[in-house]
Amino acid sequence: MNTPNTPAQAAAEHTTPAHGAPLTDRGGPAQPLLLVKDLKKYFPVRGGPLDRQKRFVHAVDGVSFAVPKGQTLGIVGESGCGKSTTARLVARLMEPDAGELIFDGEGVEEYGGLQLKEFRRSLQMVFQDSFASLNPRLTMQEAIAYGPRVHGVPAAQALAQARALLARVGLEPSQFGSRYPHELSGGQRQRVNIARALAFDPRLVILDESVAALDKSVQAQVLNLLQELKAERQLTYLFISHDLHVVHYLADQVMVMYLGQVVESGPVEKIYNGSAHPYTRALLSAVPSMDPAQRTEVSPLAGDPPNPINPPSGCRFRDRCPHAHALCAEKTPALQAVGGDIHHLAACHLNDLTSGHPLAGKELNP
Amino acid sequence: MSAPLLSLEDLSVQFHGNRKASALNQVNLELGAGEVLALLGESGSGKSVTLRTLLRLHPASRTKIQGSIRVEGQDVLAMKGRDLELYRGGTVSMVFQEPGLAFDPVYTIGQQITESILAHGEKDVGKAKAQALEMLEKVQIPQAKRRFDAYPHELSGGMRQRAMIALALACKPRLLLADEPTTALDATVQIQILLLLRELQRETGMSVIFVTHDIGAAVEVADRVAVMYAGRIVEEGPVSRIVNNPCHPYTVGLLASTVGPEHRGKPLQAIPGAPPDLANLPGGCSFAPRCSRASAQCSSQVPPLVSGSGGRLACWNPVSQLENQ
Repeated sequence: MNTPNTPAQAAAEHTTPAHGAPLTDRGGPAQPLLLVKDLKKYFPVRGGPLDRQKRFVHAVDGVSFAVPKGQTLGIVGESGCGKSTTARLVARLMEPDAGELIFDGEGVEEYGGLQLKEFRRSLQMVFQDSFASLNPRLTMQEAIAYGPRVHGVPAAQALAQARALLARVGLEPSQFGSRYPHELSGGQRQRVNIARALAFDPRLVILDESVAALDKSVQAQVLNLLQELKAERQLTYLFISHDLHVVHYLADQVMVMYLGQVVESGPVEKIYNGSAHPYTRALLSAVPSMDPAQRTEVSPLAGDPPNPINPPSGCRFRDRCPHAHALCAEKTPALQAVGGDIHHLAACHLNDLTSGHPLAGKELNP
Repeated sequence: MSAPLLSLEDLSVQFHGNRKASALNQVNLELGAGEVLALLGESGSGKSVTLRTLLRLHPASRTKIQGSIRVEGQDVLAMKGRDLELYRGGTVSMVFQEPGLAFDPVYTIGQQITESILAHGEKDVGKAKAQALEMLEKVQIPQAKRRFDAYPHELSGGMRQRAMIALALACKPRLLLADEPTTALDATVQIQILLLLRELQRETGMSVIFVTHDIGAAVEVADRVAVMYAGRIVEEGPVSRIVNNPCHPYTVGLLASTVGPEHRGKPLQAIPGAPPDLANLPGGCSFAPRCSRASAQCSSQVPPLVSGSGGRLACWNPVSQLENQ
């Protein structure tokens, strides 16, 4: 990222939160910024007139995780695994069917807890489709100033702040401020979306495949920008991506999802260098090698992810798992510490010596 | 070397409607029989336009094509009527990025493959059906007999792309054009499709042009890589040379901005700026405005594509010299 230094610094001074009470740290450094407990969302499936049985897509089925302050949690998985639904549930763009959110020690929308409006102000989201997420009839500076104005910031002040933010994300306000979304390239639009998310001085930013639609050279610029902003504003990221390289680059903690459930989670180096779940291993070895002398010879997984309407019993991965055993169909594996490390969790019978799986505890080839 | 299967000479494509855009600028390219070439580049670099021009898919009224395209000695730009119909799908065939859009939603997969076989000269419907089924088995669709009667929406993304490949290969083309065939797929499915393409290529001996923006995918399938930028080929060479010893600053930048495990905790060496507007390309090298090595010559003169032993390169100030022998 080649932001000229002077406007960037000017922007940093200009954009202190000017609306409402400052969003200060309440729980102390040890309190995770976001705690999610047993989040569930089932979507009903519309059947035909003769379809008596009510069926559901188990989009998110009992997901729990914590995002420590100032860190980045990466969520990875194939399409349909529930990553985006999780993000939307956390942002409360959708009502969860069950589960709790605890933001900096305070329950969201609970008696005596954090008001939803307050929570939403401390959390912002950047989506994948940079064009669809901007109002085509608002100029860039209006789009950024819109949110703060709704929350009671005087129009002139909101506009000045918006221009400062544009400068911070590397877009010259005099040149880009009065443009409409269709007049910008994909990378520039995504910068505007990031600026708009920052207009509230949020503490948590949810990035849902935010760099997936960008070209490689532009993607690198945006990743650099995200890293800079995180350090500058003590942000916490929830980063959702299917690109394992990008998650490896950006994330501190990684959570792997499969069919609406967490199969493995832990610090990034544990997941990438010592993954314990067969699905994580398969996912990692499905990444194309960058060395023409060592091309992938065998596909690590056959077939597509199964239908989330009727997920397999027991372990949901067993249909595609090379180590599946009769036990895997009977008993659902729970998330358990791997090798006594309480930060590294995996839901697989192979890691549980008492599970009765014949291969449990043995070294396996991926 | 025998005559190449495909040769493009000074191919330029201009779209003119409300505004003009030069999508391809004097592209020269040769492809031998049985060779796999990856066209690598960002959006707007002219990769897909090259493929579509090869099949003459652009509307003639708004497209100006200059130069020549020869496939197996035939002049593609001069083809008309039945010749063109047989050429599309028969000699050269294409796999599109989004198989959900490429298939007709109201016919089954089997019907569509059978139809294309019948359109290319097969008279016997039964034989065509059997051949279509054989194709579905060849692309490793499980329970091919059942899938034969399935509509496109009943298949998953990976299955649809397999069916798309079966359709493209049904008439045994000499050249397969694959336009980002794995971009819309999940990583675990992408690798399956890449392996399938590689296997089918070995089996049939066809040539493949594989368009992608993902260097990893290119490395998995290609023998040769041509890097495109703003409608020109800027560098070309064997895949191992491009990955290990890139010469053009754009290729170097592209490789540097591809995130790998070694980058963790460090800022990425991103290329500044954005690709140029094809409606008014900068004079000289199109990459000059974004290039850290640009000199006065770069912004005034277009660098020629010079051949060497390690491929071809169009740059006045390359990062490392292409060996000349």
